[in-house]
Amino acid sequence: MLEIKGLTCGYDKRFHLKGVDIAIEEGSFFGIIGPNGSGKTTLLRAITRILKPERGEIFLRGKNIWSIDFRELARIVAVVSQSVSTDDLNVGEFVLLSRIPHYRGLQFLETKHDEEIADNAMALTDTFKFKDRSMSEISGGERQLVLIARALAQEPKFLLLDEPTSHLDITHQVRILDLLRKLNRELSLTVIIVLHDLNLASEYCDRVALLSDGMIYKEGLPQDVLDYKTIEDVYKTVVVVEKNPFSLKPYILLISEKERLKVRKK
Amino acid sequence: MSKGVVRWTTQILTLMGVLLAIAGFSLCIGSGSIPIQKVIHAIFNGPRNTEYSILFDIRLPRIILGMAIGGALSLAGVILQGLFRNPLVEPYTMGISGGAALGVSLAIILRLYQSIGLITLPLAGFLGAILVIALIYTINIRRKTLKIQGLLLTGVMISFISSSFIMLIMAVSRAEDLHGIIFWIMGSLEEPSWFLIKLALFASLTGLALSYIFWKDLNALRLGEEEAAHLGINTERAKRALFVLASLLTGCAVSVGGIIGFVGLIVPHLMRMFIGSDHRILLAGSFLGGASFLIFCDTLARIIVAPSELPVGVITGILGGSFFIYALTKKGKTIA
Repeated sequence: MLEIKGLTCGYDKRFHLKGVDIAIEEGSFFGIIGPNGSGKTTLLRAITRILKPERGEIFLRGKNIWSIDFRELARIVAVVSQSVSTDDLNVGEFVLLSRIPHYRGLQFLETKHDEEIADNAMALTDTFKFKDRSMSEISGGERQLVLIARALAQEPKFLLLDEPTSHLDITHQVRILDLLRKLNRELSLTVIIVLHDLNLASEYCDRVALLSDGMIYKEGLPQDVLDYKTIEDVYKTVVVVEKNPFSLKPYILLISEKERLKVRKK
Repeated sequence: MSKGVVRWTTQILTLMGVLLAIAGFSLCIGSGSIPIQKVIHAIFNGPRNTEYSILFDIRLPRIILGMAIGGALSLAGVILQGLFRNPLVEPYTMGISGGAALGVSLAIILRLYQSIGLITLPLAGFLGAILVIALIYTINIRRKTLKIQGLLLTGVMISFISSSFIMLIMAVSRAEDLHGIIFWIMGSLEEPSWFLIKLALFASLTGLALSYIFWKDLNALRLGEEEAAHLGINTERAKRALFVLASLLTGCAVSVGGIIGFVGLIVPHLMRMFIGSDHRILLAGSFLGGASFLIFCDTLARIIVAPSELPVGVITGILGGSFFIYALTKKGKTIA
């Protein structure tokens, strides 16, 4: 269980989050959605201790995250963020870096066990074939898969992802989310994912939290949160919400200005 | 795993071989060249001949000091570059050597050596370096976190300020003091005191051992600070400790050898190209590489205009600088 209670935090004096309360069950697939600048990434950064809360507390399995040792936290929570500098590393080395929190005191070399876990993570994400390629040579979609492989090799219980599908084509979008869903089911990995795409959030997430201006506007099942009134209110955009004919989850359609004018003329 | 270990061992042994070869070469060559047979002869026949005294009283101390200073500067460079994730950072861009030079200039013009003695100049240099470190540190620490850009800019500015002060001192100093200041600023491995040489070697080897405490931190920092934190690294603590370690290494090196530029920039860069950027190998590799590079440059400095000699800082500057421009144009993407 990850509990966020009355979290207020931000950079300098500006608060990007104001009094956020969320409880995320272990084993769930939890989406964080909201417009640009609504505080989605800030929320992730607070959970991973990059930002110190001004007020409020975050509890991971009952313990305040600020009382957990850095390494201990890294063995429970792994992050796939947007800003990773990959240097001149090759894919295999990059994935192996995730074993750092698992190193024992004076351990200097990776063990066979470390390498097996890294290889498994690459196999799961279908990136084993790039093992010896440089991180700068692979495509955006492949890179995102490698980032997930690295996070998995950290053997976390909670996986946090910051817009892992942005700038990717639909093949990779679906591939990555299918993979995450599978990991969530099979390894009972708790997935907390920031998504821009409301339809992806609706389709894959068990629950979603809609952030607006640093506050939780609504939280719940996708079909409860994603109705046209809520979306229009938060995003200030006209939408139509239909149902996906297969999953029966909400599907959000955008209406262009031309169509809006047509409707108005009638 | 074993594949990596074999590769690393080979690389370390190769670098040690290079260091030995260069040290041997440097021992044999000089204003009066001594062939290797005579060197061996001198070693086995003990003191009591001119060759022995040239080898062990003049050349060997320089070689050992070159190893200590070259290793320390290069190691400090690797640490700072790992910390700032910027391959252009080195001890000199941080203003540390500027502070040391200012300390030494002050000691010379105030004629402190008349009252304190031989150890005055190194001590003044070291104090100058430490003072700059403390200054950079407090300025930046007040903002609670060590922000990399701020640290870098403060370093550059302190460098400028101290060089202005040195010019001021030079402008008001007497001719004989002026010579001392200039000679010190140019950097040299000539050091009459065996004690200081041993101290420098001990300090740099200790620094190398200490740097290995932080190999995980340095490796994780390759991904950026936030990512390192995600990997369970206490980045604030690591940055502080590494910054202090690099500063102390520089302080020691500069206080004994004066300003010898580019070693901390060029050697780590070359090492990354040849042995990769995993700090488990890079730290030791850079130490050995830096030692070899400085001993080689010092040998050149001794023989180019023999029987007189050039300041070694001139050689490292010219070699290092031109190589760096070459590397920059050749492989621009790793620099940027």
